[in-house]
Amino acid sequence: MLDATDVTVTLGRRRVLDGVNFQAAPGELTAIVGPNGSGKTTLLRAVTGDLGYRGRITLAGKELSGIPAWRLALRRAVLAQFTPLAFPFTVAEVVGLGQIRKGPGSAADLTPRALARVGLCGYASRPYQELSGGEQQRVQLARVLCQVWEPVEGSEARWLFLDEPVSSLDIAHQLQVMQIARDFADVGGGVVAIMHDLNLTAMFADSVALIAEGRLLEQASPEVLLRDDLLSRAYGCSLRVSTPPPSGPYVLPHAARLG
Amino acid sequence: MVAIHPEGHLVGDRRGLARRTSWVLAALLLVAAYASLAVGASGVSLPAALADLLAGREIDARARIILLDIRLPRLLTGMMVGASLAVAGAVLQGLFRNPLADPGLVGVSAGAGLGAISAIVLGGLLPGGLAGLLGSALMPVLAFAGSWLSVSLLYVIATRGGHTSVATMLLGGIALAAMTAAFSGLLIYMADDQQLRDLTFWSLGSLAGASWSKTLAAAPLMLAALLTAPALSRGLNALALGEAAAHHLGIPVQRLKTGAIVVVAAAVGAATAISGGIGFVGIVVPHLLRLATGPDHRALLVNSGVLGASLLLLADVVSRSIVAPSELPIGIVTAVIGGPFFLWILLRRRGSLEI
Repeated sequence: MLDATDVTVTLGRRRVLDGVNFQAAPGELTAIVGPNGSGKTTLLRAVTGDLGYRGRITLAGKELSGIPAWRLALRRAVLAQFTPLAFPFTVAEVVGLGQIRKGPGSAADLTPRALARVGLCGYASRPYQELSGGEQQRVQLARVLCQVWEPVEGSEARWLFLDEPVSSLDIAHQLQVMQIARDFADVGGGVVAIMHDLNLTAMFADSVALIAEGRLLEQASPEVLLRDDLLSRAYGCSLRVSTPPPSGPYVLPHAARLG
Repeated sequence: MVAIHPEGHLVGDRRGLARRTSWVLAALLLVAAYASLAVGASGVSLPAALADLLAGREIDARARIILLDIRLPRLLTGMMVGASLAVAGAVLQGLFRNPLADPGLVGVSAGAGLGAISAIVLGGLLPGGLAGLLGSALMPVLAFAGSWLSVSLLYVIATRGGHTSVATMLLGGIALAAMTAAFSGLLIYMADDQQLRDLTFWSLGSLAGASWSKTLAAAPLMLAALLTAPALSRGLNALALGEAAAHHLGIPVQRLKTGAIVVVAAAVGAATAISGGIGFVGIVVPHLLRLATGPDHRALLVNSGVLGASLLLLADVVSRSIVAPSELPIGIVTAVIGGPFFLWILLRRRGSLEI
């Protein structure tokens, strides 16, 4: 269980997160949604241990700031929005950076399996810097998957933190990446993902946290949270949620243009 | 459907290639070391001395002194200085996440130089007992302090919020080097005639003054840096993804950066103290190796050390031979080769340089 209680983050003089309560459970895909600049990435950085914060954040009952970096790295992996590289690594070398586990009991070379998982089989020897943004993003996902290859170790769940994992992907790869995250959660791992696409969120998430202006407005299942009034208020534009049976809800802008 | 090499290596993983390259470089180092022992102004023949040694005959006393007390310390100094400069370059580039960082270009060597000059000019002011105690270790230690200050300052100047700006790094380096040069100038102005002679010999950038006492004084710092550097390689690999990603991979980022700064300072400080300003080794060697076997620091740091040692020995052989029996300062040889090479890197990268 990942549990954030009354978390406040101040960057410079600005209070970016204000008394946020947020929970994510193993076996579930938890989405963080909200308008640009609302504090989604700050919340993710707080729960991955990157930022100082006031309040309490616990991972499996332990205070996050008390867990050393190397131990944390065995428990969770983080995918950033964009990862530029200074040196000419190949795709296989980048993915290999995720294999931090050494010694007896470690998995055999996971690189080919991770690349196959993200649909980049033939890319192993390609220079990373020459790939498109979407391809680079999937290479990084393969690296991150290598780091936490088994979603559950012993009785402890491992965690994937994804910052807009599908933002630079075409629709087929959006579905592929969301399915990878879904599968990770389905076998007992925990997934926390920042999402912009509310329809993908409705399709894949178990729990959705809506953030606006540094405050968490509500956290609930997509069926409960995705409501016209709440979304329209949070995003500041008129939105309508429809629920055609038998699938879940979907969201369309209310009018083609605002105003 | 995953492509695997016949040898079982994954396609795209160049570790096997890097390992084979290490053997080639080791052979090159042996050749360079032999050349360094064999070539010299005195005309002493290494093969003849070796033949005498193998046959159990007494080696001629003059040959013995030239080989063991002149050429051997010079060989060891050249190896350690070349390896230190190349490894320091590779570590500095990893730390700044930029292949253009070079100890000479960004003012680190200038900082070491200020330390070395202080040792020459101000060393005499120390109380006799203390000066005697420190002896020839004073220069490497002060040079280490100077380069450590320079790298630390440069890092603070060029890095903000985990992001290093190339432009700030290069321009900050120029400013640091200029300030350091002003202090060095002041010290040179204060120096007496004997100190000026020492300064001139030192500043030409040469292995000519190598002797056992100088080699042994500078060796501990260089060896410590060279032996510590490989421990940084996993961290520097992760750092290539950015500071946040390195932290996510479990790297203690702050400790890694401190370690890298100390290694660079020790290597550049001691190398500068013993050999003056020898430029471009730190940028040419890692760059060639990245082209050949990729940027993985696990191989890069070790191979940089071996190639740096070999190239500096060969440059020293050239500097001793082309105007024999006189010799050129080795700094001139490395600059003549390294300057155009650096320009070539710059022009190739012009499109992607974020200045």
